[in-house]
Amino acid sequence: MIHSLFLINASGDIFLEKHWKSVVSRSVCDYFFEAQERASEAENVPPVIPTPHHYLLSVYRHKIFFVAVIQSEVPPLFVIEFLHRVVDTFQDYFGVCSEVMIKDNVVVVYEVLEEMLDNGFPLATESNILKELIKPPTILRTVVNTITGSTNVGDQLPTGQLSVVPWRRTGVKYTNNEAYFDVIEEIDAIIDKSGSTITAEIQGVIDACVKLTGMPDLTLSFMNPRLLDDVSFHPCVRFKRWESERILSFIPPDGNFRLLSYHVSAQNLVAIPVYVKHNISFRDGSSLGRFEITVGPKQTMGKTIEGVMVASQMPKGVLNMSLTPSQGTHIFDPVTKLLSWDVGKINPQKLPSLKGTMSLQAGASKPDENPTINLQFKIQQLAISGLKVNRLDMYGEKYKPFKGIKYMTKAGKFQVRT
Amino acid sequence: MTDSKYFTTTKKGEIFELKAELNSDKKEKKKEAVKKVIASMTVGKDVSALFPDVVNCMQTDNLELKKLVYLYLMNYAKSQPDMAIMAVNTFVKDCEDPNPLIRALAVRTMGCIRVDKITEYLCEPLRKCLKDEDPYVRKTAAVCVAKLHDINAQLVEDQGFLDTLKDLISDSNPMVVANAVAALSEIAESHPSSNLLDLNPQSINKLLTALNECTEWGQIFILDCLANYMPKDDREAQSICERVTPRLSHANSAVVLSAVKVLMKFMEMLSKDLDYYGTLLKKLAPPLVTLLSAEPELQYVALRNINLIVQKRPEILKHEMKVFFVKYNDPIYVKLEKLDIMIRLASQANIAQVLAELKEYATEVDVDFVRKAVRAIGRCAIKVEQSAERCVSTLLDLIQTKVNYVVQEAIVVIKDIFRKYPNKYESVIATLCENLDSLDEPEARAAMIWIVGEYAERIDNADELLESFLEGFHDESTQVQLQLLTAIVKLFLKKPTETQELVQQVLSLATQDSDNPDLRDRGYIYWRLLSTDPVAAKEVVLAEKPLISEETDLIEPTLLDELICYIGTLASVYHKPPSAFVEGSRGVVHKSLPPRTGSSESAESPDTAPSGVQAPEQPAVIPTQGDLLGDLLNLDLGPPVSGPPMATSSVQMGAVDLLGGGLDSLMGDESEGLRSDVGGSPAMGGGGGFAAPSAAAPATLGAPLSSGLGDLFDLTGGVGTLSGSYVAPKTVWLPAMKAKGLEISGTFSRQVGSISMDLVLTNKALQVMSDFAIQFNRNSFGLAPAAPLQVHAPLAPNQSVEISLPLNTVGSVMKMDPLNNLQVAVKNNIDVFYFSTLYPLHILFVEDGKMERQMFLATWKDIPNENEAQFQIKDCSLNADAVSSKLQGSNIFTIAKRNVEGQDMLYQSLKLTNGIWVLAELRIQPSNPSFTLSLKCRAPEVAPYVFQAYETVLKN
Repeated sequence: MIHSLFLINASGDIFLEKHWKSVVSRSVCDYFFEAQERASEAENVPPVIPTPHHYLLSVYRHKIFFVAVIQSEVPPLFVIEFLHRVVDTFQDYFGVCSEVMIKDNVVVVYEVLEEMLDNGFPLATESNILKELIKPPTILRTVVNTITGSTNVGDQLPTGQLSVVPWRRTGVKYTNNEAYFDVIEEIDAIIDKSGSTITAEIQGVIDACVKLTGMPDLTLSFMNPRLLDDVSFHPCVRFKRWESERILSFIPPDGNFRLLSYHVSAQNLVAIPVYVKHNISFRDGSSLGRFEITVGPKQTMGKTIEGVMVASQMPKGVLNMSLTPSQGTHIFDPVTKLLSWDVGKINPQKLPSLKGTMSLQAGASKPDENPTINLQFKIQQLAISGLKVNRLDMYGEKYKPFKGIKYMTKAGKFQVRT
Repeated sequence: MTDSKYFTTTKKGEIFELKAELNSDKKEKKKEAVKKVIASMTVGKDVSALFPDVVNCMQTDNLELKKLVYLYLMNYAKSQPDMAIMAVNTFVKDCEDPNPLIRALAVRTMGCIRVDKITEYLCEPLRKCLKDEDPYVRKTAAVCVAKLHDINAQLVEDQGFLDTLKDLISDSNPMVVANAVAALSEIAESHPSSNLLDLNPQSINKLLTALNECTEWGQIFILDCLANYMPKDDREAQSICERVTPRLSHANSAVVLSAVKVLMKFMEMLSKDLDYYGTLLKKLAPPLVTLLSAEPELQYVALRNINLIVQKRPEILKHEMKVFFVKYNDPIYVKLEKLDIMIRLASQANIAQVLAELKEYATEVDVDFVRKAVRAIGRCAIKVEQSAERCVSTLLDLIQTKVNYVVQEAIVVIKDIFRKYPNKYESVIATLCENLDSLDEPEARAAMIWIVGEYAERIDNADELLESFLEGFHDESTQVQLQLLTAIVKLFLKKPTETQELVQQVLSLATQDSDNPDLRDRGYIYWRLLSTDPVAAKEVVLAEKPLISEETDLIEPTLLDELICYIGTLASVYHKPPSAFVEGSRGVVHKSLPPRTGSSESAESPDTAPSGVQAPEQPAVIPTQGDLLGDLLNLDLGPPVSGPPMATSSVQMGAVDLLGGGLDSLMGDESEGLRSDVGGSPAMGGGGGFAAPSAAAPATLGAPLSSGLGDLFDLTGGVGTLSGSYVAPKTVWLPAMKAKGLEISGTFSRQVGSISMDLVLTNKALQVMSDFAIQFNRNSFGLAPAAPLQVHAPLAPNQSVEISLPLNTVGSVMKMDPLNNLQVAVKNNIDVFYFSTLYPLHILFVEDGKMERQMFLATWKDIPNENEAQFQIKDCSLNADAVSSKLQGSNIFTIAKRNVEGQDMLYQSLKLTNGIWVLAELRIQPSNPSFTLSLKCRAPEVAPYVFQAYETVLKN
């Protein structure tokens, strides 16, 4: 099981270590540093590193490496999922997960980590439960604690810990009862040079913010549940009911949680809401290249495309670019060779474009590779897959809650090859 | 107010100051001080000097302070065991606290303090906590048993905690069940033999119920435990599968993958005709695809596993090619894995798409990735014949880019394409030759030289091209040198007139100026071949090369089946069985897939057939015979057995006897082994070097070459078997398929009074083999190895080694059926393998088997007539003298010869190693090719085998 955890910052300092079994010397991280040196970028450090006596499994989040040390055969996904949970918990507790924040709250961090694992076995990883055991720091509580001498460690066994609904605490009370659901879809796509789609898929999630008194039992039904053939549920969802009736029936956790995530695969036709017209050309022998991009709407179901950002990693040979956008702002970083253009909204009457020239290294041959364009955008009030919630009902409680559903489509990994 | 203040120090000395604060009267100050201590600990500072002061703060009703002190204790108790005792009382008291949180905390912390004196005190509180009314305490106590076992396993067993833990599997609370399973699994890992997780249909049912209700982590433990269960029939397998499938929709990817493991394993038992089988296949695809939209680290682990799944059951993901397309900002480790899977999924239906993608990748920035993409194009060409032409033209396009590493990589794969489709794409050679100068990597240079040599007759200036390489001969790597040598010899054989000078030059460079033995040996062989018999040289060097296989990099089936059982574990990430890399896993139980039941297919796989025989004995744990035997013998067959092992291990061998009947079915079909030694020529031909690229490594060339030499000499009759009896050609005894890639072929020989078993061990697996050892089962004549099996260096993949194992006949005796049956166990670092073989009886004929005439007559009369057996030896055209001299070579002695009515009567005697005399009368009619053999012996059962020996000796 998970033996130890080391937190390492970008400059290679181990700034926190926690051992759940015997102490493992931090020199074991040397193997990690070696691998880090070999990898060109932090993202490329392999997640599983063997050493003579241990295995190092790591994730890289918020510019921090979370390195778990294991000694025996453990499912690596188990460890990686747990590390993700640690990151999420830190974020939940401190708002941001950063080295400074962790150092500032080192004792709480240590206490939380101790609650999360026992002898390497996960103990309490639901943030609802953790927060009952170890109260998250707030300015008010710190002040109160200093005055009254009370502690931020709960001395009661968390109620949810062993109940049939471990994700929900009992005795929840709100004056305003509300339940909000956000249907968010991300399009992952690769578009080739000529503008045709090579692959496109949709990763969708339904995130919920439920603040309801007591033990509400909710059901959520869809207009077109057939779309959801590949889903992952929060443990609260009753799977049998979904299998037989295609209805989501659940007792929700308190607060924010992800109800389900789904995947609409490449085999279904995925509507692509934007297109990019590009003309990027280098000529042999010339030190100038032409650059032109235009972005326009395609299948948007009448909605506006906003928050458009274009980013492209230019070839090494490009020294500088002199470009003029028809709207928005653009930046070219001559060191990293990253071009980014903050476009904003697309007005279908006047398509945004970015035109100009690139100056290349004199005398060098034209670059081998073509830059790939990375696109980001948002469309409010639209789920591009066509998923629609039919109704939300509540049972088990008497009051009338306030309900709301929001849809949004975003670009995930949306890449256009040139 | 943040915790960072705990890091600030004053000049006076931190420890000193902390000490003062810890001993302060004010509670608040104390707590702050402990927090400072903890903060120092988290960054790895040594604050153990404060131990007594911190422990003094333990007696408190402030829970936070208590927890902090406990945290400190866990870290430092080991370094201050005497001091730690001070804490025991508080722990014991806390275990009685009315608050379950404090009871659990105490028992949990105590388990973490790895000090013997404390663990003694732990037993009583732990026993109470295991039966606590509060499930939270019980679940904590369950984990504590695992901790205690890690510190002192004996104590746990003596105190009966294991039984209590087993009882917790039936606990009413699912969390307790999950933790009990987790604890038991961990304990079982260090004690593979102990039957801790004794799974039966009832306990499985409980686990499946708990599966639905426990936390995600508990689900992982339970699923991994379920995967070790062996359902009794396909119906049970199906019902478990049905209850596990909902886990595929879990948000936690580890749960999903563990569920996939259970399903992949149990599917093996379902009949393919079943509707449910098809449904299950369909259900497996979406969750696997979903894993690929997760974070890159998860993707990586998922991809490594998908790689296995795709090899085992390609049908699951055959329509999902697109999800493996590479995004340009994927981390490199994800890109490379995706590429690998793309090639595995490539088929005629999707090849156009795949090729377009690969071509795109070949223009990316990352060099490693580009290389692999180019290589992938070549692999597609070899895998999907219809696409070969398109692949070649794609590769040509890439060569036109003139990007150096792309060109080199392309040439290496084009060479493989030439091998696969001879005489089809040679038109591109001209283009390749244009790039000769830009090649600077050995592999690419060697490939190019091979192409030039192979197609020398079509390349006008082949001699010039090769000559240009020859100039820097000594600076080239061995790989290139060997290739150049072969290529020039090929060229010479094709165009002898113009290239005589060149070939002499290269032969002298190779044989006289080189320090490399492989190069020198190959040079000498060519030289001798060319000078003695150019025609034979042509046949050898320009021999038709065997086709290269369609799929490269496939994991061998036995290993793949084992790895499928390890889906989701580190083993699946490394594609190695855990025994190969997990520390301290001496006796890891090998897992294997269950046999398919209720289906016509079962007949196809001989491995699974015998499992039915012993199923009643050990149905749950060990599925196939090989594994059962492996476990029985695992400990016994330690690396290099010293001395004759028979004597020491008769008990274990007895275990083999029990199963002796089943061994036969494990044995390979002997007749298939007769492809034998003709392989010498392709091994030497220039193509051979390419067929096994590793042959270029210095050590590996020795074996194939020397065997090639042996063949050459055999042809000319250079080495005969002057002093020994007839030696049969080697046959394959143990096919690689049944022995995880180890192939054993061999024969028996007898030379000047000593018997030996001549073995060739060939490693056809993808990993290095070492630690060989051999043992014989008891047999009819007490044959046993006279020395341990000596394999001096580890056996690299594709390498083989010849060993002559001396045998004696002082081992234990047990009558076998057939009489000359010998059961052999061979062990290496991977596993133990069994085969049985029949030895020719003439290896047992001793040198002093010549009987006195008088004695012969008396004995002949003495032996009752019913012991006489008559046989016909057909189709033998030798005369009496030739017969008797030939038989004498194998220690069958002619005592007298008589001519009766034109027939030659030979009277012969022989003696077996165990002292049995056999008398023979051989009647030879000059006109009749059939001889009549009459045998008389006090032990008539040997007669048929003596006859076989006669026949073997006379006909060879």
